Amino acid sequence: MTPELEILAIAIVTAVAASLPGTYLVLRRTAMVSDAISHAILPGIVVAFFFTRDLTSPLLLLAAALTGVLTVVLIEALISSRLVPEDASIGIVFPALFSIGVILISRGASDVHLDTDAVLLGELAFAPFHRLTVGGVDLGPAALWSMGAILVVNLALILLAWKELKLATVDAGLAALLGFQPLMIHYGLMTMVSVTAVGAFDAVGSILVVALMIAPPATAYLLAERLGLVIGLSAVVAAAGAVLGWAGALALDVSIAGAIATASGLLFAVAFLLAPRRGLVAQARRRSGQRLDFAVRMLLVHLLHHEDMPEAAEECREEGLHRHLGWREAWTRRVIGKAESRALIARRGELVLPTEAGRHLADDAVIGFSG
Amino acid sequence: MVVDQTPAMEVEDLTVAYSDQPVLWDIDLTVPAGDKMAIVGPNGAGKSTLIKAAMGLVPSVAGEVRVFGRRFAKGNGEIAYVPQRSSLEWDFPTDVLDVVTMGTYGGLGWFRRPGNAERDRARAALEEVTMAAFEHRPIAQLSGGQQQRVLLARALVQEAPILMLDEPFQGVDAPTERAIVAVLDRLSDEGKTVIVVHHDLQTVPEYFDSVLLLNVRAIESGSVADVFTEDNLRLTFGGRVGVLAQLAATVSEG
Repeated sequence: MTPELEILAIAIVTAVAASLPGTYLVLRRTAMVSDAISHAILPGIVVAFFFTRDLTSPLLLLAAALTGVLTVVLIEALISSRLVPEDASIGIVFPALFSIGVILISRGASDVHLDTDAVLLGELAFAPFHRLTVGGVDLGPAALWSMGAILVVNLALILLAWKELKLATVDAGLAALLGFQPLMIHYGLMTMVSVTAVGAFDAVGSILVVALMIAPPATAYLLAERLGLVIGLSAVVAAAGAVLGWAGALALDVSIAGAIATASGLLFAVAFLLAPRRGLVAQARRRSGQRLDFAVRMLLVHLLHHEDMPEAAEECREEGLHRHLGWREAWTRRVIGKAESRALIARRGELVLPTEAGRHLADDAVIGFSG
Repeated sequence: MVVDQTPAMEVEDLTVAYSDQPVLWDIDLTVPAGDKMAIVGPNGAGKSTLIKAAMGLVPSVAGEVRVFGRRFAKGNGEIAYVPQRSSLEWDFPTDVLDVVTMGTYGGLGWFRRPGNAERDRARAALEEVTMAAFEHRPIAQLSGGQQQRVLLARALVQEAPILMLDEPFQGVDAPTERAIVAVLDRLSDEGKTVIVVHHDLQTVPEYFDSVLLLNVRAIESGSVADVFTEDNLRLTFGGRVGVLAQLAATVSEG
């Protein structure tokens, strides 16, 4: 594999691995916890690095996972004190931990790759330089192996605890009553987020990992209505963002991680606008359709009301309808056109009269409102 | 009515507090097996907290809850629970059948997935609350009354001897209210114990056998005929005597 393709493979695997726990964060409305964890694990990584002097040591993963769980414990302790609201608790805990990490780096690790830029933004372009070699045989980039392992473990855990994660997310109270210890499930998920964040951290940095965890699931959530589909689509969107970002970065010669996060954001924006049921365009069309339907009903009720009255000649004349209803002329024409196309009204000379179907609809509408 | 049997639930000296503010003070309560009991009281009386504490969903600072004579342990399947509608994540991407099937998870234990047998039980429960036609409907698209029926069906699937419901009639349409009452009557006829946090004093005599009047302390509990009196209601609710007197009069006539 060329270094470019290796980078692409690392990007795809990292994005898909991050999207898995990210789906549950989005569904549990705790997306910002990923931001907190991905920053707050820094001191854990730095301390472990001081001991091992090796950035690829599995001890770093362990230390980061512990710090991630500690972050969640601290945040929840602050929330349960009832003195600090949830968002503020997150805002207090993670900058505190993160700044400890930054200070530790500037004091003791400034001579190595562990500098603040790399921590914040990662450097995917350098990832192929760290190779995994066993007995002198080059097995490929280390990041590909570590993120691949994290991807497999994430997927296995989610499949294993499928119903437990779902239950604890939909209704933690029932989960507790049935003996499923939602708090343990919560911390299990947070451990998964921490480990994934530290794995992705080396490749994409602590800020962009949030984009990878949140943007693809948020996109998939707009498109699908079943959990399995949301997770699957979210992985597809994550991979697509990685491919698009990688290609864009090569073409424009910019930061690969930044381009991937941007591509993920763009994919989200497209879904936000164009998702078939929940997108802005679909919603606007549905609303305007409902408005037109309602106007057709009002028109029918009006026609029915005055049908056999002496004033019918005036009230039901197509020309004067917009004045009686207080509508703009163009809108009135559109409503009449719609009603006519659905065979709810018929013209007789200058008059507009409800058909049998229109009469039923008007009756239903009135009954619907009075009952 | 079953007599001379271990009570379904005994609450003894139960106190629940948020920091040092008691929300339930030394509650004693005995619910006979097969009873259909309403818990009524003003806002902030601790009605929801009482049933949650009884199930161990909120911690208590003193007291004990026994279910059929034994300390209650979560996960033993003795209590099914219909929470307030707002406690569910209705935006979660799943359908009605899936949510009702969650009632079977307790019997499955960790990691085992529900199969056709579990889904069939869920379908039967949906049938009973007349929601069979909605099994594939995403839960995000349900009306309030439909949500309440789904929660009831999910509790039915748990097949527990005790059913606790938290404000099941809150904001539902009349057909849903009748459907819920019919299900509660059926359960009670089968000897199940039903405990309902209830906000509508008018319907207490019609829907329930017994009542707990609660306002941080247990004011009184017992059969509706004995306990649901003007004096007790005044003790529970304070003010608003006119309405209460009228209600109590209705009770003594009925």
